[in-house]
Amino acid sequence: MDRFLFLTFDGLSRGAVYAAFALALVLIWRATRIVNFAQGAMAVATAYVAYSVADATGSYWLGFIVALVAGLLLGAGVERVVMRFVDHSSPLNGVVVALGLVLIIQGVLGMIYGNEFRPATAPFSRDAFDIGGVALLSRYDLFVFAAVGAVVVLLTLLFTRTSTGLRMRAAAFAPDVSRLLGVPVGGMLTLGWALAAAVGSLAGMLVLPTELGLHPTAMDIVFISAFTAAVVGGLDSPIGSVLGGLMVGLLLSYISGYLGATVAPMAVLALLVVVLLSRPDGLFARSKARTA
Amino acid sequence: MTALLDVEGLTAGYGAAPVLHEVSLTVQPGQIVAVLGANGAGKSTLLRTLSGLLPAQQGRILFDGKDLSGIKVERMVHHGIAHVPEGRGVVTELTVDENLRLGGLWRKPQPPLEPIYELFPRLAERKSHLGHQLSGGERQMLALGRALVAQPRLLLLDEPSLGLAPKITAHIMALLRDLRDRTGLAVLLVEQNVRSALSIADEGVVLSLGRIVTRHDAATLVDDADLRHAYLGF
Amino acid sequence: MTVVRDRVATRIASPPMHRRLSPLLVVVIGAAIVVALTYTLPPFRTYQLATVGAYLCVTAGLTVLTGLNGQLSLGHGALMATGAYTLALWQNKFNLLAVGIVVAILVTTAVGAVIGLAAARLRGPYLAGLTLAVAVVVPSIASTFDGTFNSDQGLSVILNPPPDTMTVEQWQAWVCWGGALLTVLALALLTRGRFGRDMRAVRDDETAARLAGISIARTQVTAFVVSAACAGLAGALFAVIAQSVSPGAFPLTLSLFLVMAIVIGGLGRLTGALIGALLLVALPAVAHEIGEAAGSQRLEGNLALTFFGVVLVVVMLAAPGGLASLRIPLKKKGQR
Ligand SMILES: Nc1ncnc2c1ncn2[C@@H]1O[C@H](COP(=O)(O)OP(=O)(O)OP(=O)(O)O)[C@@H](O)[C@H]1O
Ligand SMILES: [Mg+2]
Repeated sequence: MDRFLFLTFDGLSRGAVYAAFALALVLIWRATRIVNFAQGAMAVATAYVAYSVADATGSYWLGFIVALVAGLLLGAGVERVVMRFVDHSSPLNGVVVALGLVLIIQGVLGMIYGNEFRPATAPFSRDAFDIGGVALLSRYDLFVFAAVGAVVVLLTLLFTRTSTGLRMRAAAFAPDVSRLLGVPVGGMLTLGWALAAAVGSLAGMLVLPTELGLHPTAMDIVFISAFTAAVVGGLDSPIGSVLGGLMVGLLLSYISGYLGATVAPMAVLALLVVVLLSRPDGLFARSKARTA
Repeated sequence: MTALLDVEGLTAGYGAAPVLHEVSLTVQPGQIVAVLGANGAGKSTLLRTLSGLLPAQQGRILFDGKDLSGIKVERMVHHGIAHVPEGRGVVTELTVDENLRLGGLWRKPQPPLEPIYELFPRLAERKSHLGHQLSGGERQMLALGRALVAQPRLLLLDEPSLGLAPKITAHIMALLRDLRDRTGLAVLLVEQNVRSALSIADEGVVLSLGRIVTRHDAATLVDDADLRHAYLGF
Repeated sequence: MTVVRDRVATRIASPPMHRRLSPLLVVVIGAAIVVALTYTLPPFRTYQLATVGAYLCVTAGLTVLTGLNGQLSLGHGALMATGAYTLALWQNKFNLLAVGIVVAILVTTAVGAVIGLAAARLRGPYLAGLTLAVAVVVPSIASTFDGTFNSDQGLSVILNPPPDTMTVEQWQAWVCWGGALLTVLALALLTRGRFGRDMRAVRDDETAARLAGISIARTQVTAFVVSAACAGLAGALFAVIAQSVSPGAFPLTLSLFLVMAIVIGGLGRLTGALIGALLLVALPAVAHEIGEAAGSQRLEGNLALTFFGVVLVVVMLAAPGGLASLRIPLKKKGQR
């Protein structure tokens, strides 16, 4: 029972990270009908920059902020320089271009930093402390919950309470009409990519200390898990992606805990296949209001 | 009086072959001009070119004496041009209230929505409904109301009667005339419903295969049987 | 609309492969060239030639899948791994290479059929995501069942020495190109017939294809299975060349390289597959030499990676219409 509780909290902590990463995928999908297959690589790139800064200055938090800012810039840059010019007649075009970006980013990172794992230190202890005699949560888990919770709340406020959020939603749903109403759609897309990439960077910063560390391909499997989370929740649904992230996190935690960590990747693949074949619009899809 | 909208020799289209050929027309402040013509005549293309969604290949568009070429679509509202596209363009994922707010976002300070809700009480009752929950008539009201939030000087209106019951069409037409009388709004009204359009228009322009084939006072177009037969088919 | 229809019609009607040269003739000429090369090239070049042949198997299959059928697979690296491991396990038990290669193809075909069945129900980013997951997850299976697959170290492959009359490299090149030319011949014949027409029809307009009585699912699954068989053969050949298999030889980037190769080569054309296979060998070799000249190990592999990425992005952005325009035969490009 203790073990089950421990795995549950551990799964929620992992799941929170997948939720953030899936949320970033959903943001871009809703705005551009592109699944950003480069998001994992982009997140790793900003994490490398962050840890370089942290090593140079001795301050993790400065590095953390740099990661978020670098995410904003990288996301905006990718949209402005590359994605804006992708032909939308086939959804494959965006996929292939994003994969090209993956190669570029991983290649450049390898050239600069090498292809060995580098340590990614956590800002808080990852040792679980006791609650009522049971070791459940670490300080780091609490940090993860707080950070992801803050992101979800801030994004919700942005999209539901501010006029910029209204503009962004309108630009995503109906670009031509929005332009006729004076919404600078191009700017909104850039902003959307910037925000999504920053959220992706945050997720990267949160997950890398819990994995093997920094490596150009370190986020590959995380991307798959987050993509699965986004599909589980429905690619069009931000709330769904958060729930999907938590579900995938729990699943992986139980499977790693009871069957062994090496089985986890296959479990993700199995879940992805099952969901894609049975509920391609996601488990929580209410209606088929939108089709791609 | 200088024209509010002055279009000269406008040629535009989607690919290499233009759809519109050297179209010229003017709209005076406070004037309602109906653009009539068969399916595929190029009426929507004309409006799209005027609002900048399509680039003009040739010709000149003057608004209030200013050349509009090179002005981005999203800047058109700043100049006082509002375009309600064919099929209305209600953002179905947003609520009625959000759709309306969207219409005035670019204005600082943001204009109040109450006058619109007074104009369309139906919308006030459905403030928090999503766009896709509205009926066709309600959507048309919403699209029209949203364009009016920004208090434009020229309204480009593409087939407002599409799919609406005659009663609602009549209501909307009356409302347009009323607005014109009260605020001096000018309207370029694209319509298939010739009688409704001419009932409120000052002038009618007939577009055929992308060319203007005739333009007359609305009253003349309605009364003159020969003209009607030749251009409007009734 | 009619314009679009016409274009679809002409595209369906015109076979994209060599119209004048008979495929058999091409294969015979190809074989002659390869044999001649194996007797003139130095051993290392002959080894590279063998690698090109192995790559050609998989790029040819993939270009048929993506170019003619419109499905994108990011999982063909994993399918190659399937073929390679099958061959390794077979050889280490029975040491009968010819049968082993057939078994490797069969096993990969079966795996491909499973993925293909799922893939036929998916479109666009969903299909890409699923196959990407396959590419990322499958190498990790080596760790899950480390008793069989020996984890990250992988397996070595037992092979009989080549006949006394030829060097190892010559033998490798013959085996690989034997496989590659047979693959090309089979694909050329297959795509010329009814199957090729069905694939193009499905790619261009699923609704129209369905109305014409073509089974979408069957066409797509068949295309996937065929390309999987090609990948299995390629994997087996790589195991033969390297005389070992390990998960590290089949990373996600391998799958991405394959996509790049067929995109740059021109989708749907077997000559494009050959160009792609050549690039897959030539570019890393050039990067390797640059890396050595610069004295930097980091540069080596990563330079090729970056270069492939840049080329892929540039080609995709420069081609109007993206992938679609790349698959139109070259001579038509000018007319657009
Ligand atoms: N997006 C487009 N791309 C290419 N051609 C188009 C496009 N939209 C319209 N056309 C063509 O332009 C011509 C004029 O179309 P337009 O929509 O302006 O007609 P319309 O007068 O508004 O007709 P309707 O009364 O049916 O709305 C038609 O021949 C149409 O096929
Ligand atoms: Mg129209």
